Amino acid sequence: MNPPEHDVRKSLERLAAATKGGRELAFMEVCGTHTTAAFRCGLPSVLPRHVKLISGPGCPVCVTAQQDIDLLVEAAGRQGVTLCTYGDMIRVPGRRGSLQEARGRGARVHVVYSAMDAVALAQAHVDRQVVFAAVGFETTAPATAAAVQAARRRGLTNFTVLNSHKRIVPAMQALLERGAKMKDGLGIDGFVCPGHVSVIIGARAYLPLARDYAAPCVISGFEPWQMISALARLAELAQSGRAEVINEYPEVVSPDGNRAAQKLLDEVFQPAETRWRGLGLIAQSAWVLRPAWREFDAQVRFGLTPPEDCEPKACLCGKVISGLALPTDCSLFGRSCTPLQPVGPCMVSSEGTCAAWFKYSWRQAPHRPLPILAGASP
Amino acid sequence: MTTFTTDTPLRRAHVEPAAFNQIALAHGGGGQLTDVLLNSTVLPRLDNTILSDLLDAGVIGQRIGALALTIDSYVVEPLFFPGGDIGRLAICGTVNDLAVSGARPLGVALAMILCEGLPRAVLERVLDSIRAAAAEAEVHVVTGDTKVIERGDAAGIYLTTAGVGRIPPGRRLHPEHVQPGDVLIVNGPIGEHGLAVMLAREMPEVKSVLRSDAAPLAGLVGLLLRRVPEVVFMRDPTRGGLAGVAADLAARCGWHVALEESHIPIRPEARHAAEMLGLDPLDIANEGKVLVVVRPRDEAAALEALRAHPLGRAACVIGRVEDNRDGRCELYTTIGGRRIVQKPYGEQLPRIC
Repeated sequence: MNPPEHDVRKSLERLAAATKGGRELAFMEVCGTHTTAAFRCGLPSVLPRHVKLISGPGCPVCVTAQQDIDLLVEAAGRQGVTLCTYGDMIRVPGRRGSLQEARGRGARVHVVYSAMDAVALAQAHVDRQVVFAAVGFETTAPATAAAVQAARRRGLTNFTVLNSHKRIVPAMQALLERGAKMKDGLGIDGFVCPGHVSVIIGARAYLPLARDYAAPCVISGFEPWQMISALARLAELAQSGRAEVINEYPEVVSPDGNRAAQKLLDEVFQPAETRWRGLGLIAQSAWVLRPAWREFDAQVRFGLTPPEDCEPKACLCGKVISGLALPTDCSLFGRSCTPLQPVGPCMVSSEGTCAAWFKYSWRQAPHRPLPILAGASP
Repeated sequence: MTTFTTDTPLRRAHVEPAAFNQIALAHGGGGQLTDVLLNSTVLPRLDNTILSDLLDAGVIGQRIGALALTIDSYVVEPLFFPGGDIGRLAICGTVNDLAVSGARPLGVALAMILCEGLPRAVLERVLDSIRAAAAEAEVHVVTGDTKVIERGDAAGIYLTTAGVGRIPPGRRLHPEHVQPGDVLIVNGPIGEHGLAVMLAREMPEVKSVLRSDAAPLAGLVGLLLRRVPEVVFMRDPTRGGLAGVAADLAARCGWHVALEESHIPIRPEARHAAEMLGLDPLDIANEGKVLVVVRPRDEAAALEALRAHPLGRAACVIGRVEDNRDGRCELYTTIGGRRIVQKPYGEQLPRIC
């Protein structure tokens, strides 16, 4: 949909007015779809000089810890196992290669588009053990919960999940708590909150960030003009020192979110500590299966234990998703790490920050990338 | 679909050729990884001056009157999808490669690999579709071959079609003729074939009005060339989409290619499907579209000619070649921003959430 032009212009004017003469502001989005949408529409090239849009831990593939990737590859290699995964995951390199490479070696790896596809596969192939790679935030976790419940209802004993579902708010909280600074010393002046996740968790979920950490939060849709409008609103809040949660996507996001999905989550999962790539352990940040559903835990079924977490040498993905480094700060970017031969997950996933930089804003030879975040594009 | 399509390898010299020990699905995606496969493995062994031109069809026999020769394989799954099927695709793909090379199709060769157990009715349906598409394209299947393989993971039918066409004396469509100021035209809305197939394959439960645009372009292109004999270059944006051919054009002509996002026709249903799958419409395959490059003086005549044909009613100018020797393609976005356009990398993988 082409945006009504006056909206874009008006929002850009508001953004410019809010930042004029003020200090430099850095806002973080925490949604892979926002990352891609921003780069695809050339958003960085129209932002005022004083505004930075940083990509945070919003890409589900990118935040998955290396040990979880290794575990998936190990599970895929087990006799009789068919591993079902969402598309992007199959290319993330682990210590023993990616799922794609495992498939090339003969492992059964299927790309699915919903958790229920994996359940259907299990039902159709009772001779195979179907393991579903459950990744993602509150957007995909309810679907996994529904799949697990369906598997129990259908009496399936050949369906399990390798679960690394995550909760986004504790990660945002951890970034604020640790006083995350970009390498040039900028803190996070506010969040562009994810449209899809917010549909499930509701606008109120961000209140603690505003209340306890004075971080303004604006929930935004994915059209370019919606993102610009959210940034303008954030700049106005930040300049006037008001920490509020504002829902600019009320068509689909309600204050309390999707109660049915939340109930589903609560029935099957409980919050727990988990490891994030780059961010390490974060309390209460995982959705793990409740004890009543342990029979569907692939780790239990196959006696899998996560190997030591060991991120690829020199790969800055962890820092990139924490907003601590730009893709171009990484010595691998565009050299040994390209979308053709990714080293880290941020270059693999179409929603990864490195992939978006590489695809949409890499104008120069890799040794002299153009700084585009600050709207410095010619 | 063009099998031997690739970027000029020298322009990508900074990207190390990906070492691979086994073929991955992504090597067949028609993106940069396909280029790696061709440049590192196929071309070093089979290269010659015609093949290395890497156009949609090879031009042979200049001394006796130039002929264009092309070949493609089709492994699409599902075999039938809204707006087309593997048979229609095989004829259109081959005919279109000839047409955009400036050739009038003369005949098509068809090889079928059938899987044991394939129902006769399915084969008949595909063959009927081949006959219908060939009639539409005014070309005959003049020779063929059939092999049957054991029942395996295969979808049932694989087709390979080769086509030969005649190029009138004096016509040579080549990216090296592209100049600053030249105008880029597309004959209609993009992205529909790839999205229709992807939805049919991956989300059969999703009901969509999207249909593949698979259509033989020989008539449309013939009309255009009669009215505007000095067309500079043409290419059909199949795998790799408009992004693939535009970026390839920039790299191969060496000039800057600027696309105007607000001018690129995309139907709302295609835009929504692409959004849902997390894909860029520019990257998605078309099977009835052609990107035409003409001199600025020919812009109006070319638009008029294309719009006079049913397959070109929505033809419009989507970009221009600029006087800048960077060999890059750039998109001017609807919000007034800019971003580069590259050939997609490998498989099109829908995103997670």
